[in-house]
Amino acid sequence: MGKLAKSPWMLHYDGSSCNGCDIEVLACTTPVYDVERFGIINTGDPFQADILLITGGINSQSESVVKQIYSQMPNPKVVVAVGICACTGGIFKECYNIKGGVDTVIPVDIYVPGCAARPQAIIDGVVKAVELLQKKREAFASQRKKSGT
Amino acid sequence: MAKRSIVPFGPQHPVLPEPVHLDLVLEDETVVEAVPSIGFVHRGLEKLVEIKDFKEYVYIAERVCGICSFGHGMGYCQSVEHIMGVEPPRRANYLRTIWMEMSRVHSHLLWLGLLADAMGFESLFMESWRLREKILDMFDLTTGGRVIFSVNCIGGVLKDMDSGMLKAISDTIDEMEKELRPIAEAFLRDYTVGVRLRGLGVLKPEQAILAGAVGPMLRSCGIAYDARKLGYAAYNELEFEPVTASDGDSYARCEVRIQEIYQSFALIRQAISKIPEGPIRVPVKGNPNGEYFMRIEQPRGEAIYYVKANGTKFLDRFRLRTPTTSNIPPMLELMKGCQLADVPLLILTIDPCISCTER
Repeated sequence: MGKLAKSPWMLHYDGSSCNGCDIEVLACTTPVYDVERFGIINTGDPFQADILLITGGINSQSESVVKQIYSQMPNPKVVVAVGICACTGGIFKECYNIKGGVDTVIPVDIYVPGCAARPQAIIDGVVKAVELLQKKREAFASQRKKSGT
Repeated sequence: MAKRSIVPFGPQHPVLPEPVHLDLVLEDETVVEAVPSIGFVHRGLEKLVEIKDFKEYVYIAERVCGICSFGHGMGYCQSVEHIMGVEPPRRANYLRTIWMEMSRVHSHLLWLGLLADAMGFESLFMESWRLREKILDMFDLTTGGRVIFSVNCIGGVLKDMDSGMLKAISDTIDEMEKELRPIAEAFLRDYTVGVRLRGLGVLKPEQAILAGAVGPMLRSCGIAYDARKLGYAAYNELEFEPVTASDGDSYARCEVRIQEIYQSFALIRQAISKIPEGPIRVPVKGNPNGEYFMRIEQPRGEAIYYVKANGTKFLDRFRLRTPTTSNIPPMLELMKGCQLADVPLLILTIDPCISCTER
């Protein structure tokens, strides 16, 4: 990973997971794993976030919340599905209230499998997200130049 | 009367990693009433007993919650063992006790970190979570998993600890006990923390009993009730007294949890010194038939497991009453009359676990 032009801000939402991946996401921001060394800040505000880390298969009640959070985030944005439930529904796939992976509701860019996803895997996903965000920003800027806005 | 307004709280809120939603009825800045609405994490796990066989369901029971994972697996396995008349070996009971107490240490340290974060004490949050990683390393060493480590099975446990692992655990807790002291000092003696926590959200003993509080919430009001005293697993062979505090405020709840970490260290040491040699599981034949109620003490309080079996490999019903379910009514009591700015902190002091509650 080269030099970053921007410090990406990260938002975390639990879309009906078991908590296992959530505490691992949080553990990534604390001293032992520390994703903040990449210049990432964990924020609680969707309006200021660039990367959405989402855990758990989506249920009917959290569906609208996830869609709302996604629409509130400014463009360009990257979505990382953390844990096998967020990727495909995982062990909860057969539950009556689970829709399946996060990609059934919003577009997902990066999938991090695992039950629970280990911090190393989450960091790998976040680093990939940072690179992808950089590319999306460049594409977004050239598109804006072309349209003249 | 001041003008009333309703402020929505959550579901996406920075204080908790989980979604919780409250409608707060306010008069100026004072909360008059809090109306909870849940269901953001409801998956329908209890229904899965109808399509997963009773041995396979252990893995689902452990995934009810990622923080109390081990306890849920143990509670479920013990209920089924009681129905089938299976007595797990003594070594398995001791191993379960050690893992359960390690889970309590990890859960309480996690809570202390979140509490510090809710107060805006960022460095204390980082310190608590740094310390918590040591116990997660021990889970990793003994089971291969960090938060969810499926080691329970019906009839005992799947993995044994050799003497090297037991030594590593006792060395780690010695080290952690030393490192916990300055952190505990900051929570219990620091002036700013004291100002923030003392006298906030006082729960009276009679109120706690009436509203059905459990766990540290109940013990912080001076009521020495601890389900571990029922003597499941190896707790009947270990010596301990429930930790209590008398004030019933947020500070008392914090104090009880910190003292319980020390108590868990002592229990792990006792269990390691008394652990017998022998097999770790007994073979289980046939299917369960009957029903059983099992109560265990989770880090957040008493959890109840109900299993009803019909003689086939699929159970009729599995019901789980989690500690947070019982702690929500007292939490709503606490909120009446508090300031809007104290709401996140008060939610946190009950140590909510929403994914357990909603399953």
